[in-house]
Amino acid sequence: MSKNAIEINDLTVAYKFKPVLWDIDLEVPAGVMMAIVGPNGAGKSTLIKAILEIVKPLAGSVQLLGSSYRKVRSRIGYVPQKGSVDWDFPTTVKDVVLMGTYGKLGWIRRPGRAEKKLAEQAIEKAGLSDLAMRQISQLSGGQQQRVFLARALVQDADIYFMDEPFQGVDVTTEKAIINILKELKSRGKTVVVVHHDLQTVSEYFDWLTFLNVRKIASGSVADTYNERNLEMTYGAKLTVAP
Amino acid sequence: MSTPQIEIQWIAALVAVSCAIPGVFLVLRKMAMVSDAISHAILPGIVVGFLVAGSLNSPLLIILAAATGLFTVVLVELISKTRLVKEDAAIGLVFPALFSIGVILISRNVANVHIDTDAVLMGEIAFAPFDRLVVWGYDIGPQNAWVMQAILLLNILFVFLFFKELKLSTFDSGLAASLGFAPVAINYALMSLVSVTTVGAFDAVGAILVVALMIVPAATAYLLTDNLKTMLFIAVAIGIVSAIAGYWLARFIDASISGSMATMCGFLFFVVFIFAPQRGLLSILRRTSRQKLEFAQMTLAIHIFNHSGENDNLEERRKSHLNKHLSWDKKFSEAIVQQSLNKGLIKLDGELISLTEKGQSFVVAAQRLISSKNHPEFSSLRKEFIIFSE
Amino acid sequence: MDYYDFFTGLFTDYTTQVIGLGTAFLGLMSGVLGVFAVLRKQSLLGDAVAHASLPGIAMAFILSGTKNTLLIFGGAALAGWLATFWISSIVKNTRIKSDAALAIVLAVFFGFGLVLLTFIQRMENANQAGLETYLFGQAATLLRQDVISMGAIAAFAIIVILLLWKELKLITFDPQFARSLGFSQRWMDMVVNTLIVLSIVIGLQTVGVILMSALLIAPAAAARQWTNRMSGMIVLSGIFGILSGVVGTGISSVGNNLSTGPVIVLVSVMIVVISFVFAPGRGLMALAWQKNKNRKSLALNTLLQGMYDTCRSHQNIKHEHSLAIIKTLPGYNRKTLKALRHEGLVSITKENEWCLTDLGISKAGEAIKSGRMI
Repeated sequence: MSKNAIEINDLTVAYKFKPVLWDIDLEVPAGVMMAIVGPNGAGKSTLIKAILEIVKPLAGSVQLLGSSYRKVRSRIGYVPQKGSVDWDFPTTVKDVVLMGTYGKLGWIRRPGRAEKKLAEQAIEKAGLSDLAMRQISQLSGGQQQRVFLARALVQDADIYFMDEPFQGVDVTTEKAIINILKELKSRGKTVVVVHHDLQTVSEYFDWLTFLNVRKIASGSVADTYNERNLEMTYGAKLTVAP
Repeated sequence: MSTPQIEIQWIAALVAVSCAIPGVFLVLRKMAMVSDAISHAILPGIVVGFLVAGSLNSPLLIILAAATGLFTVVLVELISKTRLVKEDAAIGLVFPALFSIGVILISRNVANVHIDTDAVLMGEIAFAPFDRLVVWGYDIGPQNAWVMQAILLLNILFVFLFFKELKLSTFDSGLAASLGFAPVAINYALMSLVSVTTVGAFDAVGAILVVALMIVPAATAYLLTDNLKTMLFIAVAIGIVSAIAGYWLARFIDASISGSMATMCGFLFFVVFIFAPQRGLLSILRRTSRQKLEFAQMTLAIHIFNHSGENDNLEERRKSHLNKHLSWDKKFSEAIVQQSLNKGLIKLDGELISLTEKGQSFVVAAQRLISSKNHPEFSSLRKEFIIFSE
Repeated sequence: MDYYDFFTGLFTDYTTQVIGLGTAFLGLMSGVLGVFAVLRKQSLLGDAVAHASLPGIAMAFILSGTKNTLLIFGGAALAGWLATFWISSIVKNTRIKSDAALAIVLAVFFGFGLVLLTFIQRMENANQAGLETYLFGQAATLLRQDVISMGAIAAFAIIVILLLWKELKLITFDPQFARSLGFSQRWMDMVVNTLIVLSIVIGLQTVGVILMSALLIAPAAAARQWTNRMSGMIVLSGIFGILSGVVGTGISSVGNNLSTGPVIVLVSVMIVVISFVFAPGRGLMALAWQKNKNRKSLALNTLLQGMYDTCRSHQNIKHEHSLAIIKTLPGYNRKTLKALRHEGLVSITKENEWCLTDLGISKAGEAIKSGRMI
């Protein structure tokens, strides 16, 4: 059993035979907080979706916690991009957060008191207690993001995957997310985040992967965050901020 | 062939061409279902127009009914703007409501109006030769033919005059707006044209089948070409063939003429759907399986490359380990290895795979290809004014 | 008959009961499944499936020689499934987009159906009379066995929905998250599409091929305006569906047996319009009222602030100003001034001059400090 939370070998994903991810080899040690960065269309979201078996790869294998995804599904949490759903859906914050328990409930079983309590706790952690019964279309972008976050917290996972959680959120939400991430890390969880903002990488994360269809580099932020990798990933001269 | 038969086919052809032209733009603008909506919604306009004008071929009726069509589009837009329902639901509410009003008006026999519901659905092209147009004592042919000729002229004129505006606003409305081409106005003009054409064709082929003649030949053409002008010509040709063939089929089995025309459109579409070069189902399936093999060979070569030389890894280069690391099943791995051997890309040393020189240059070229896919030039190519598949 | 007869007939007359029950079942099922169709943005798919079922109906008759309802349901369902299959095949394999695919299948299948219908009309078979009722629908043709079949199908659908309630909600709201949890989107889609096809099929006899899709959309669209919970939406939509069905049938039977389809659709659309306008919170009237309230509040605040600022520049904050001066302030408006007075925030002196009251002064100050409007 390796100490890696995630091990990816030769992962290749294509959409109608146009490569989106090519031959990705990646090792993510347990307990790190890792950012995945790269330009638009680099395949960052696709990488997460391939790991979670939402899209089917053309080749390659993924090991999570030493096992296949299917076996450890109940120990994985997921925060999709908030733009991936239509928020004009008739449901409340609490209802959406409860959806995080569905995986463990399986088919047909309904959430009971235990699940509802978990949901309430997660809602409180995300700072949404006042909004628990609010219709989700009435939420701001930041609040919507926190709903997804709370839903993932309910999953009580060992590895969390988050897709651009800081995109388009207000300062309060950003702070709230960071606090939650820090807490997860202090409990030894592994967190993988697709991040859009190069400026904050070294501030929030300790592990970093540069992605642009191919894996450019991966390792600790100190080792990997340099001009050479930036240039190879983004194809232009980007300077490392002091 | 007797004169009435020729006249019917002439009208059918006119209708087909008049419908195909705006139809091409509807398909490209992803507004195909709007034609469905308009063809239903104009019914009350036609009934009222008939009450006022007394004949289905009167220009007053055409204008009135066409206005109803435009009204439908505006109403749908207004409703969508309130954000109380999404646009598809708005369409699905407006036109059935209007159509129902139309049907009820008819069935109440308002002032002994002589439209029956069958005619509404199927048209009465067989009776078209009976309403003659008499000018200064000369019988110059069926009224409906002259109406359709005028409408066809309108369509051709519109597309001819505004070709570049239509083309631009169809593919890049943002750019069109910034260049001052008023894509909104173009859109409403197009919708008016669709309404007018629908009304004119109504008498001949009825409500729902106008949709068939507008959308199906255009969609068929879309599978055969990348060029807008060619698409128009092909759609027109297919429309004419479907119309005429449909007519003869209907005569043969003694059934609804308009229904047969729609069936013919569908048949031609189906044939092209399967057999079209490049975009037909058979072509795609063939290409997919070929691409799968090519892709797999690329993957194998790069995999070996990555685990040779300085990163030499005997485990990863084992033939039998391919299915573990690449998640290919045994049979597939065998096939790919064999193919790559045949192509001279790899050589086998017992269980171990290594790249040949050819294989190495192949990898370099492949990697260049992959990184170029993200090169900005490639994506700007897609934005050209030519239909591109995604 | 008249309305009274119909209404009492629902409770006393066997035939009317059968018809009423049948339309209630179909209204219920369309209402319930319509919620999914609308939330999944598949409103127009229902339209295509309904039109496409026509050749299925005709074929069922041609092959069996009878108008056995179950066979017709089967034929219609089969044609409907074929339609959904072909639509997704077109979208998946070619560059034709979904709107065109819907239109193609709709028009071609329907056209073919009309060919079959007219072909049947020429056949030497007295039995075929009445197939045209499938075009616009006629509830009066409902027989006891038809209603039993409709009831069974509706019950089946409701049971499935109750069992898979959370899965359906999840897959409709966030299919990606659902897949990450291991729920198969393909299976769920198949379940929902099948139920939608079934709900259309049982409605064809009453509402007709052409208009059935509206009954799938309208009750759900109306229900959405009154509730923010999906469970509430489903219940309400079912009720609206039943209402549309029964009332529509009643009206058409009173009015010389018009085809029931158009009347049912108009009733359902009427319910939508009423919902759009009058629903609390979301409806147009509520929005207009809220907008007006906001406007008034803004005007009040602007004028009050204007007066406050002017007064502050004087030694005595209660310094009076003549109307002429007040009129120059931004936001001035006779009504607004009146409203301020009505609220006790300003008062008028014997010399017809205006000044702020104590209440007005404190409220204005509060507003400035908190940054909010009074």
